Formats: sequence, C-alpha cells, structure tokens
Amino acid sequence: MSTLFMLYSLIYQFGDHFAYLVLAALGLAVIFGMMGVINLAHGEFIMCGAYVTIIAAKHGAPLPLAMLCGALAAAVAGVLVERLVIRHLYDRLFDSVVATWAISLIVQQTMLLVAGPSIEGISTPFGSFSLGEFSFSTYHAVLPLIALAVLGALYGLFFHTDYGVCARATILNPRMAQCLGLRTDRLYTLTFALGAGLAGLTGALYAPTMTAVPTMGTSFIVQAFVSVVVGGANVLVGTTPAAGILALIQTGLAASWGELAGQIGLLVTVIVVIRLMPQGLGTLFSRAR
Amino acid sequence: MLKHTLRWPRVAVASALFGFAVAASAADPVKIGLLEDASGNFALATIPKIHATQLAVDEINAKGGILGRPVKLIAYDTESDNTKFQELARRLIQTDKVDVVFGGFSSASREAIRPIMDRAHQMYWYNNQYEGGVCDSNVFVTGAVPEQQFSTLLPWMMKKFGKRVYTIAADYNFGQISAQWVRDIVKQNGGTMVGEEFIPLSVSQFSQTIQNIQKAKPDFVVTLLVGANQASYYEQQASAHLNLPMASSVNVAQAYEHKRFKPPALKDMYVTANYLEELDTPASDDFKKRFHAKYPNEPYINQEAANAYDAVYLYKAAVERAKTTDQPAVEKAIDAGGICTSGPQGKVCIDPKSHHTSHDIFLVHVKADHSIEIPYTWHDVKPYWLGQVGCNLPVKPDHRQYTPTDLPKKS
Repeated sequence: MSTLFMLYSLIYQFGDHFAYLVLAALGLAVIFGMMGVINLAHGEFIMCGAYVTIIAAKHGAPLPLAMLCGALAAAVAGVLVERLVIRHLYDRLFDSVVATWAISLIVQQTMLLVAGPSIEGISTPFGSFSLGEFSFSTYHAVLPLIALAVLGALYGLFFHTDYGVCARATILNPRMAQCLGLRTDRLYTLTFALGAGLAGLTGALYAPTMTAVPTMGTSFIVQAFVSVVVGGANVLVGTTPAAGILALIQTGLAASWGELAGQIGLLVTVIVVIRLMPQGLGTLFSRAR
Repeated sequence: MLKHTLRWPRVAVASALFGFAVAASAADPVKIGLLEDASGNFALATIPKIHATQLAVDEINAKGGILGRPVKLIAYDTESDNTKFQELARRLIQTDKVDVVFGGFSSASREAIRPIMDRAHQMYWYNNQYEGGVCDSNVFVTGAVPEQQFSTLLPWMMKKFGKRVYTIAADYNFGQISAQWVRDIVKQNGGTMVGEEFIPLSVSQFSQTIQNIQKAKPDFVVTLLVGANQASYYEQQASAHLNLPMASSVNVAQAYEHKRFKPPALKDMYVTANYLEELDTPASDDFKKRFHAKYPNEPYINQEAANAYDAVYLYKAAVERAKTTDQPAVEKAIDAGGICTSGPQGKVCIDPKSHHTSHDIFLVHVKADHSIEIPYTWHDVKPYWLGQVGCNLPVKPDHRQYTPTDLPKKS
C-alpha cells in the first residue's frame, strides 16, 4: 500500500510541475509562435490576472468568476498593449523585446507605487486529502487537469473555429491571407489578446497559492522561457510535450536531490536542447504533419 | 617690485576664502548615505526601513540637527540588485562624500559592498537582523544575530514540541550560515536534524519540499525563507495540511506574512524578534503614532524599521560623543563603549568588541486567526558570540565574517 502512496506522490509532483510549466508558458508560446514577438512583459500579464482575481474575490465574487475576471482583464490589457506598442514593432524582433521589457519594468514599478509592496492573498480552495503519511493539497492535484482542459480548449479554438482557421492562415502566409480578404491586423490583435489572456488565466489559477506582490510574474518567467525554448514555436505539439519531458526531469531530480537539483536540471536540459535541436522539440512532432 | 605689491592682496583674499570655508563647515550638513531596496524582490521589507530612517532624520533636524549641523539624507534605490549596491556605494563614497553609509537588506548585498567600504575606510551601518559573525572595524550592526534569535528560540521550541528538527533555508549566505547555527544549537541541546533543504531564491513552488518534510516526520520546521517568491511556502504548506509548528528568525516581524496571508497559513509560527508592530509598550506606541503621522499608508512597521530608526540615533550619540563627524574619531567614540539609545524597542547599546547591538528579544507566536501573542521575553540579550570567540575590534582591527565552523585565529 505504501508503495502505491509513494507512486501517487510522484504522480502528484509530476502533475504539479507539468501544470506550472505548461501554464507559465502558454501565453508566451501563443504570442511567440503565432506572431514572432518575444513578450518580456509576459510576467506582468500573469501578475495582472492574479491581482484582478484576488481583488474580485475580495469583493465577494465566487472564485471561478473572479478567475475569469482576471483572465479577461489581462486580455484587455493585451489589446491595449498591442494597439499602442506592439503593432508598430512587427518584424522588428529586437525592438519589440526592448519595448516589452520596458513595459514590464514600468508596470512592476507602477504597481509598487499604486498598490504597495503586497496585497493580502486569498486562501487555497478545496482543502487537503491524505494517503498514508502524506497529505496533499486538493487544489494542486486538480491544477494539472485544468491545464489539460485549457490545452484541449486551445486545440478546439485553433482547429474547429473560424478564428482558428484565419489565425493559422495568417501565420502560414500573411500576404496571401490578406489577399483573400482577411483583416490580418485584427487577427494579430486578437492573437495577442489571447496570449495575454492565457497569461492572465495562469495568474488567476495560481493566485490562491502564491504571495501577491508586483514582482510575482518574474517567478514564472524562467519556466515559461525554458518550456518555449525547449518546445519550439508551436504551442500544441511543441510546448506541451516539452513541458511533459521537463516536468519528468524536474520531478526525478527534485525528488532525489531537492529543489535546487530540479532547477539545475531544467536549465541543463535547455542548454542541451538548444545545442542539439535549435528549433526545439516541436520539430520532432511536427515533421509528421 | 610688482610681485611684492601683488602678494598682499592675494594673501588677504586667500585668508578671507579660508575664513569662509571654516564658517561654512559649521553649518555644512552631516551627510548620511542610504542604500536600500525601494524596488524588486526585497522592497516589501525594506520600504519601512527607508521611511524609518527618514523619520529619524526629520526628527533630529527639527531639534537642531547633530552638533548644530543639519542632517542630509542621500538615499538611492538599489533595486534588490547586488551590482547596483556596489555601483551606488562607490557613488556615495566618491561623489557624495558622505560621512556614513547606512543600508543593505540581504546578506548578499552587504557582502557585496563590505569590501568597498573597507577599502575606502568608510563607516558603514548594516541595520538588519542577519546570520551573524561580521567582525569588521568599519561595520556597525543594529539588527539581531543568531545568539540573540536562535539560542533563545530553538531550546524553547525543542522543549515545547520535541527534538526532531527540519530546516528549509534560502540558498545563499544568510540561509546557509543560519542553518549551520540551527544545526549546532539543535545538537548542543540533544536534538536531531531530520532534514535540511536549501531553496533557490527564485523558487515559488514547494510541493516537493512539503512531501520531503512529511517523509522525515519532524516535530517542527525551521523556516529561513527570504523574499517574495519563497513566501508562497506558507500558503502551500497550509493547503497541503502539513500542520507542523514553525520557527524562524526572519518571518512575521520582517515581512508581515501574518498580515499578507489569509489565516491559518501562518498558524503556530514562532519567531524571535527585537521589534514588531504589535508590541504595545509606551515607547513603541509613541513611535507608531509618529510613524503613522508621517506615513499614514504604511502597511506594517517591521523590526528592521525599528533597527534603522535606532541606527540614526546611535550614530548621533556617537558623533556627539566624538564632537566631530571625522570617521576614525566617531569609531573611537563607539569603541570606548556606552553608546546607547532608547527607541521603539527599548534601550539598545552598541557592544564595542563586535560593533553589534544588544536587544530585548520577544518570542512571537502567531495564532490560528493570525493574531499575535508574546509568550516570553528575553531582556537585554547581548551580542556575545563574536566577543567570546575572539573578535575584539578596539584592540584587534579585522575585516572578516566568521561562522561557527570558521573561527578567528587565537593570537
């Protein structure tokens, strides 16, 4: 029986790492993969989602609704950022990197001045359950399932809706898509909003488990970039398997030698993958298409 | 002939200018340089320090300054970044030519600038609790050290909860050396360390750590976690129902976790602190009133705010004893002993041997609803350890940091 508990403990750890890697990376991967923009303000969209969720929940909104508010608020912020800044910097990769980094710094510091160094968080819902000597947080056990559901929804969005078809057409060949009458600029805005909204959703989902500070987004940044770099530009066939493999490596190392080893493992994996597969793991899977 | 006729006026002008210079120096401000993290990972705990320093300076200026000279605070934001610390430390010394430098929160930042201070023979005050052991002629510490925080806390915890101890600590010099102290004190008191884990400052997910703790079955957990990321541990251990008492030298009184998290995330956290906002002595109440009058939106007045506030008054006392801001003279005045101040935490004095400060130490218990009780107080705990192992700065100048496994050479 206790080996069974041990096994579940490992699965729980794997799920926890997987959810964190996938959710941290999703918004970044959508914006990078579909628009070729490296969004260094990714962490601030996450922070925006978390703050709005906490504030909404404090004002009496039920938690799922508050989380929805968080994701939507980040999407709206995404529309603003795209319209005001990103739009003028397409095809200028390095300029957009600098511009989004500036946005990140400005937003962090503004939040520090406006909202103070921290706001009181909300409790993690659902309580805990125990197996043998271990007890687990139910919410953390459910998070990987939510991550999978979000991935499923993204698959549906890209392959079974008009937006998905138009968005994929725009990525494959923007000129041709324009000739066929697609308003590519509007699609870019929508895609950026989608990426920002996903980042906001990540913030919303992790809001009950973390401290709410203006710099909270930065704690997702390493995981986000590691997943995207290892996975390559494609969200569904790249980032997801990359997160799976990385979570496996991290769980193994962290369970045997502690959290530090897990972190080192993540970074070493990135170096190895960049050396051997510069386009990311995604190429392994997308070649089959 | 021409030369002679010109020389007299020149001397007259020169001596007039010299006269001006002397007259000006009497009203020249005493310049205090301040390096604190107003932004970044540590801003939460250091903003109250900055405000407390400003409050003390304003109060002193309103009462006529130091030696009749106004006090000028030159404050820079170090952005929780060690490189910024070094850059701005050089600027304070070389460009601003300050009389004293205050500041630093993380031990990493202190160690980043200490060599710069030593090379320039710049007097530097570190107004923060830390892992102890800095025996440096130029450095003065107003925060609490392990013999004040751990030698009190750990025996108390082991008596109340049991002798199996698990430490999780931030993975840099503060956490590593503090964990060493915990290890030694637990062993001296007949306990066992059932586990020890060092966590990088960037980590905010703790489910693996929580299970490692459950596997080891300790009686209580020593949490030496630092910064906003690592603070996520408390909510996560509560939601995983770890349900173990915690002991710490850095929580609650520093980053007010009990105010930032929903109860019962911090339930049964025990901390030894030399000040916290909940302390309701007359001196503390008076301090809080003045603080809130100036900074009505301050979320929490933490222990480092009290240390930073006391530091300004201790420096003032030392300068008034020396009758000059000349740095070697001020240091000599402190080394003669008896430099004390009565601030929000009560009376504190600088120990000349180690340049550290005595404190009343309060045992702080966070209850399930996150209200605070103080079940025990140790009065006037001296920073004795450095002196015991052979640090004696007035006699033997030094610039090292010692640890329980790296002691000064006997001479």
